[in-house]
Amino acid sequence: MEAKKHIESGVLELYIAGALSEKENEQVYKLIMEHPEILKEVREIEKSISSLTAHVAPKENKNSFKDILIKMLQEKESSTKVIPLNTAKSNWLTYTGWAATFIIGSTLLLSVNKNNNLQAELDTINQAKDQFEIQLEKSNTYLAQNESLLKVIRDKDIVTVPLQGQKVLPEAYAKVYWNKNTKSIYLDVQGLPDPPKGKVYQVWSLKLDPLSPTSLGTIDNFTASKNKVFTISNPNESQAFGITLEPAGGSVSPNLEQLYTLGAV
Amino acid sequence: MQLEELVKKFKEKDVKAFEKLHEMYSKSVHGVIFNIVRDKEISEEVTQDVFIKAWNNVDSYSQKKGRFFTWIINIARNAAIDKTRSKNFKNSSKNLDAEIFVDILETYDSLDSRTDAIGIKNFVSKLKDTCIKVIELLYFKGFTQKEVSESLDMPLGTVKTRNRNCINELRIMLK
Repeated sequence: MEAKKHIESGVLELYIAGALSEKENEQVYKLIMEHPEILKEVREIEKSISSLTAHVAPKENKNSFKDILIKMLQEKESSTKVIPLNTAKSNWLTYTGWAATFIIGSTLLLSVNKNNNLQAELDTINQAKDQFEIQLEKSNTYLAQNESLLKVIRDKDIVTVPLQGQKVLPEAYAKVYWNKNTKSIYLDVQGLPDPPKGKVYQVWSLKLDPLSPTSLGTIDNFTASKNKVFTISNPNESQAFGITLEPAGGSVSPNLEQLYTLGAV
Repeated sequence: MQLEELVKKFKEKDVKAFEKLHEMYSKSVHGVIFNIVRDKEISEEVTQDVFIKAWNNVDSYSQKKGRFFTWIINIARNAAIDKTRSKNFKNSSKNLDAEIFVDILETYDSLDSRTDAIGIKNFVSKLKDTCIKVIELLYFKGFTQKEVSESLDMPLGTVKTRNRNCINELRIMLK
């Protein structure tokens, strides 16, 4: 029995270890092809070594296949940089901003009119008051908007997904607030620059395995929007979200060369 | 699906096949790497890199040259050794030479949740010292037969037969 002789020689154990020369490897491969019992033996040896080595791995580990796919996608786009996301601070900035504007404006107006008569001064103050009321109205509207946004963000059913800047613009970032109940996402794109003329940002829902993008639409009024938060419907079982820059009107599939931000759920 | 078929699909860049092979071998790859780098986080990172490397370099693999398992374990050893030689790693001043895989089985208590835990523990406690050394060098460190022979001062043929006996014992234990 030729096969038995080979099996008992111990050469197959060395074959699995990768301890043989290239020539010897090819010889064993021929034997495997010719003798099914040798293939069976090789499989058994491999199984035992694979089991032994697996026992040496730390018990709890993050060996998820999803992580590998994401890493591959990111390596494709070269190295990435994690940008810490700032939490909402716009309320304070808005208030102090308006207040400062008002104070500077009033002071200026007052000093310019210092030598005018009382009537003119009164007019000025009245004007400033009107101005202030208009500004206050604007601030209130803006505040209401921000409060409703904050409510959305704080909703317990919301999944927050930070999207990190990619090769095109590593400092870019965005954030997705996904409400699976209402099947909608709130997309905060304050960390993206205004798109160049003739281009729009397009939002994608990604399934990772196999990698398949679904368009969630384009952000057409990006530049006009003040708070840069957009509500988009998302009925998909998304595993990741991405934003690419596409020609106006959007594209059928994402242009990965122009991938601005990406993040996994 | 047969392994041969899976590997073929993997070579054709089939992500499903990739996922299946990852499922089959990621623990083994991780074990070999962890035995070399001895750091949980670094070993996880290197394990990911090994699978990405395998995916990117799949063209260099052929079944004629050896088993897929042997191939990927070899990538794992090399990647882990590269890591230990990197600048950052040296600074973390780990004592790597004194330990072998058996220490991990014992020290890290990595077996509790596994069905054949008792088998492996028994096996290790019963194994001869030479068996442990031979297995460490051949499978965890990737030594050739000649290198093992020189390192353990053992005739070339003896390495082959002794290793066969050791693996036979392992197989009985794992059954």
